[in-house]
Amino acid sequence: MAVSRVRVPGSPSIEIEELVRADRVHRLVYTDPEIFAAEMVKVFGQTWVYCAHDSEIPDPNDFRTGYLGLRPIIVCRERDGRVAVLFNRCTHRAATVCRLERGNAKSFQCPYHGWTFRNDGELIGVPWPDAYGEDFRRTELNLGRVPRVESYRGFIFATLNEDAPPLLDHLGPAAQLLDQWLDRTPAGTVTVRSAANRMVYRGNWKLAYDNAGDGYHPAFSHRSLLRLGERFGDSKDMVYFGRSPDEGPMYAQDLGNGHTFIDQRPSYDGVGSYWAQQRLQPGREAFEEHIRARYGADADRLLDLAVGGQMNINIFPNLLVIGNQIQVIEPMAVDRTQLTWHATTVDGLPDEINTLRMRTQEDFPSFGEPDDQANFEEAQRGLGVPEVEWVMMHRGLGVEGREKTDEAGVVTGPVTDEHPMRGYFREWTRLMSR
Amino acid sequence: MTPATPSSPFAEPEMSESSATVARARDREDTDRWSYYLDPDFYRHLADVARSWSDDWPPADPLVRSECEAVLAREARLIDEARFNEWLELFTDRCLYWVPITPGGGDPRTEVSHSFDDRRRMTDRVYWLRTGLAFCQIPQSRTRRMITNVEVLDEPSGDRRRVRSNFVVHEFRAGVARSYPGWYGHLLERHDGDWRIAVKQVNLLDSEHGHENLTIIF
Repeated sequence: MAVSRVRVPGSPSIEIEELVRADRVHRLVYTDPEIFAAEMVKVFGQTWVYCAHDSEIPDPNDFRTGYLGLRPIIVCRERDGRVAVLFNRCTHRAATVCRLERGNAKSFQCPYHGWTFRNDGELIGVPWPDAYGEDFRRTELNLGRVPRVESYRGFIFATLNEDAPPLLDHLGPAAQLLDQWLDRTPAGTVTVRSAANRMVYRGNWKLAYDNAGDGYHPAFSHRSLLRLGERFGDSKDMVYFGRSPDEGPMYAQDLGNGHTFIDQRPSYDGVGSYWAQQRLQPGREAFEEHIRARYGADADRLLDLAVGGQMNINIFPNLLVIGNQIQVIEPMAVDRTQLTWHATTVDGLPDEINTLRMRTQEDFPSFGEPDDQANFEEAQRGLGVPEVEWVMMHRGLGVEGREKTDEAGVVTGPVTDEHPMRGYFREWTRLMSR
Repeated sequence: MTPATPSSPFAEPEMSESSATVARARDREDTDRWSYYLDPDFYRHLADVARSWSDDWPPADPLVRSECEAVLAREARLIDEARFNEWLELFTDRCLYWVPITPGGGDPRTEVSHSFDDRRRMTDRVYWLRTGLAFCQIPQSRTRRMITNVEVLDEPSGDRRRVRSNFVVHEFRAGVARSYPGWYGHLLERHDGDWRIAVKQVNLLDSEHGHENLTIIF
């Protein structure tokens, strides 16, 4: 099948290497429209990008639309179960051929002039084709198809880079962390059919990625949430960020290839502790009574599954697995980003646990993320000062005894250190310099 | 064990004979602190309520309608003036403040909402706004809302009314003005002669789409 070529615009006039140093990154990386345009081609076009979850398109001919960077795409389940990722762009006069968020269709007919494409991209119909003459080569006018699509345990990724390493190699240690996140519920499968919070902020997309691997900010950014957790006396979820967080057992990692990780699990001790530490969801006591009455000794384990996994698994550039949510970073412009929080249920868990999962997953989007996004917006405003050029990310760098690197290249350090940010900017620089 | 299930999840629970149970039941009634009422039955009744918003209703008695309009206008003013503690007092002890993401409501048992607040979570929300540490509300939003197209279904028992209305909430914060159109469904109940809100369902026209800093009370 023919693949539409993507024209790579000229590199920005600034040398990328000048903008990212070991300890700092230049403000232009967050503010320059040319760099943003290059990112959409070089980052979102040249590495594996998360596109959809299997459970969103479970049946043959299911589809869901989305974006690969700024490119509108359709993620389709073909008849044989494989996944095709197509550019949602008629090869005739450019209109999108599919305008629904999701659905089931064997083909897409462009509403503009009626060109029709099968859901593997093949052009199968052109109204009144005689006018195109005898040398009309329909096969050159199939929908653009992203050449590489692979999935890992339900997470579907695609890339325009035909030379990209296999997805599993690219994920590296992040794959095992996804395993651990998924295997919290060995009897069931995670499904993404439970609505999504779509939270838009006026700031660069990387502000969200910086933050996802940042264990320094919660004690300050989330004071309103921490105060809420203390409202009835007992300290709840994340209060361990409020005491000197470096003295606790949490840690942060630079996993390589831009992926980062924060592990909050060491602050939890045994079965039932996740449930015990969660802020008070609506209906908590009513549902806990039902679960305890019905499941007895297994209740604590089940109740823990109504609470997030206490892992921030950040897959560069756009997938953040945090809590029980699958978050996707969707760049809209250099200073505008949508962060979509797909809620999850687990097939195979009791209905009551899945309902509690919904109420838990409403907590952070209500009382945590808005404060983060307020800070992202104010950072974007601050980045407008031309005279103060640098964003610092050197916490822990070169300080004896804080960070160590294992034989696989994974850097582990205290949770407030900024090695995750330094790590992903190495990958960003590599992709942007190509 | 669960308490005796009342006929309506929005009604007051029945009291048991045993003093220990009575003490526990009293404790359970402190819905600012405990959330025993938002149980699976509540969700089932809520589905009936949500369905009823799309029914055609006969025209209501003008006096009944104007009584309900007064309740909505008072509620609107308390929110717009940030008198959130007084706003909470308008609600019943076994109430719900619901802002669905899925248009029309969807199924809150398996879908997340912008807000699905029992009484305790509503007080959480007010408490959180008042910590002075919610940076997304520094500076605080100013809001002013318009409510029109009020329709009322007066239930035969006389102590419960369904009120449907359209709204636009205007917000101004940090140099940015926004408007949120949509429609409300209010389930009102009479308690000690006053109308109080048992369910408030807030249906944003663009509920499932992207929003910036969606932290005001609708």
